[in-house]
Amino acid sequence: MRLFRHQLTGEQRLYWRSRELAFFTFLFPLLIFVLLASVYGNDRIKKEHNVPAKEYLLAGILGYGLVSTAFAGLAIVLVIRRESGVLKRLRGTPLPPTTYLGSVISSTVIVYSIEAVALIVLARVLYDVPLPHEWPSVILAVVFGTLAFAAMGIALTGVIRSGDGASAVVNAVYLPVSFLAGAFWSAQSFPHFLEVISEILPLTHFIRLMRNIVLLHQPIWDNWEQVAVVAAWGLAGLILSVRTFRWEPREG
Amino acid sequence: MPAVAVKDLHKTYGSHEAVRGIDFEIEAGEVFGLLGPNGAGKTTTVEILEGYRTRDSGTVEVLGQDPQRAGLAWRDRIGVVLQSSAMYPNLSVAESLALFAGYYRDPLDVDQVVGLVGLEEKRAARVRTLSGGQTRRLDLGLGLIGNPEVLFLDEPTTGFDPAARRAAWDVIRSLRELGKTILLTTHYLDEAESLADRVAVLREGRIAAIGRPADLTGSAPATEIRYRWNGEDVVVSTHEPTRVLHDLTTKALGEGRELENLSVRRPTLEEIYLALTSNEEPTE
Repeated sequence: MRLFRHQLTGEQRLYWRSRELAFFTFLFPLLIFVLLASVYGNDRIKKEHNVPAKEYLLAGILGYGLVSTAFAGLAIVLVIRRESGVLKRLRGTPLPPTTYLGSVISSTVIVYSIEAVALIVLARVLYDVPLPHEWPSVILAVVFGTLAFAAMGIALTGVIRSGDGASAVVNAVYLPVSFLAGAFWSAQSFPHFLEVISEILPLTHFIRLMRNIVLLHQPIWDNWEQVAVVAAWGLAGLILSVRTFRWEPREG
Repeated sequence: MPAVAVKDLHKTYGSHEAVRGIDFEIEAGEVFGLLGPNGAGKTTTVEILEGYRTRDSGTVEVLGQDPQRAGLAWRDRIGVVLQSSAMYPNLSVAESLALFAGYYRDPLDVDQVVGLVGLEEKRAARVRTLSGGQTRRLDLGLGLIGNPEVLFLDEPTTGFDPAARRAAWDVIRSLRELGKTILLTTHYLDEAESLADRVAVLREGRIAAIGRPADLTGSAPATEIRYRWNGEDVVVSTHEPTRVLHDLTTKALGEGRELENLSVRRPTLEEIYLALTSNEEPTE
């Protein structure tokens, strides 16, 4: 436990010290939120229970923030650490691998929790979006979502072969996924074939879960369908991660 | 009990036999050099000892345990400095050492290690601002922070300028004074000669020679005396250069002629090394 706290402190320091990472995974979703909210003005979305577009956007960006911190950011960091030999070096120390990965993932939970609170507060302060009532469900969804998407992110590192390619591959996955999942605008208004793809994606269901909890004030246990889809993807990610995770560089 | 014992070690990658039967032992407190050109099997051997690679056959013991099966308590007692030197660029030198110190039960003091590796002035500097030599010294520090009994150093000075190499040598000498058992790989003969108590020269996955550095250079090729006589280049190889040279100069002076292009060359350590690593007939 002492070792876990030690490593978690280290991971937090590493995350916030890396300005590029903190900017693109933490700050960028906040900027996108303000930018798009100012574009949408006072629009409402008919197909999403006629909620104001800004309120819907909050749920979407909560999803976008999750993929950028827990999925994209984590995958890029782990590939860079693997390819540069940091992971190999860690394997040469008595730090248990489970403690290491546990603290990396916990650090991601902390980052995304701050992100989620920042988004909710920003929406309240700037756009009068009412605060959620179901805080325990918000907390559960944040932790559950981070774990599931972290598992998928770690699984993705298995197919990335070089540190240089990490951002390119990760962007090519998480940006289209964010768009198709309706992170920036409701997927309900997409053409049918995109809607079909959208229904398969875990992020679509996470955003729906967030919408139901944060905007419609439903508890998380009334949304077992969304939870099940995200959990299934997370489990698939976990299985793939266990099979493909490597500590040593792919090259050399 | 030796700190490291290797018997008949074999390792093949695909069709490439990287290690073809290596035996050696390292006593506690000894500095042992594994010397050889790239591809001789140095890194493979060391990474098997560090527990990164599995072996195909043979036995390996480090601190009485098989690295392939040894657990985290064993890792607590060894230090590893890999060839690549990646670190977290945004941590300072002291922060990096403190982070790694936390992984060990009984680490050295961060400031003591900063002093040992000569980074006092860079203590608070971010890793990304360090020069190559300074980064490598931090690498040494990270291998050392856990106060290991056995330290593995894989090519600790490759790519250094001469001054940086001397500085790194001083660090390694001070580790020896702390009583550490050190296994060091290098392709610099002078490095092995000035640091190691004993050296094994690896060639194509086998040990071509093993012994104290002085013993290895003792079996040296002869001194070469070269000059030009009657328009032809003459090379005399001898173990008695003084006498041969005296005879030659007496003869030349007697005839009133000049020994053109006269040169006397002691074999360099490089040449001894090359003789050991390349002149033997290829195996297979």
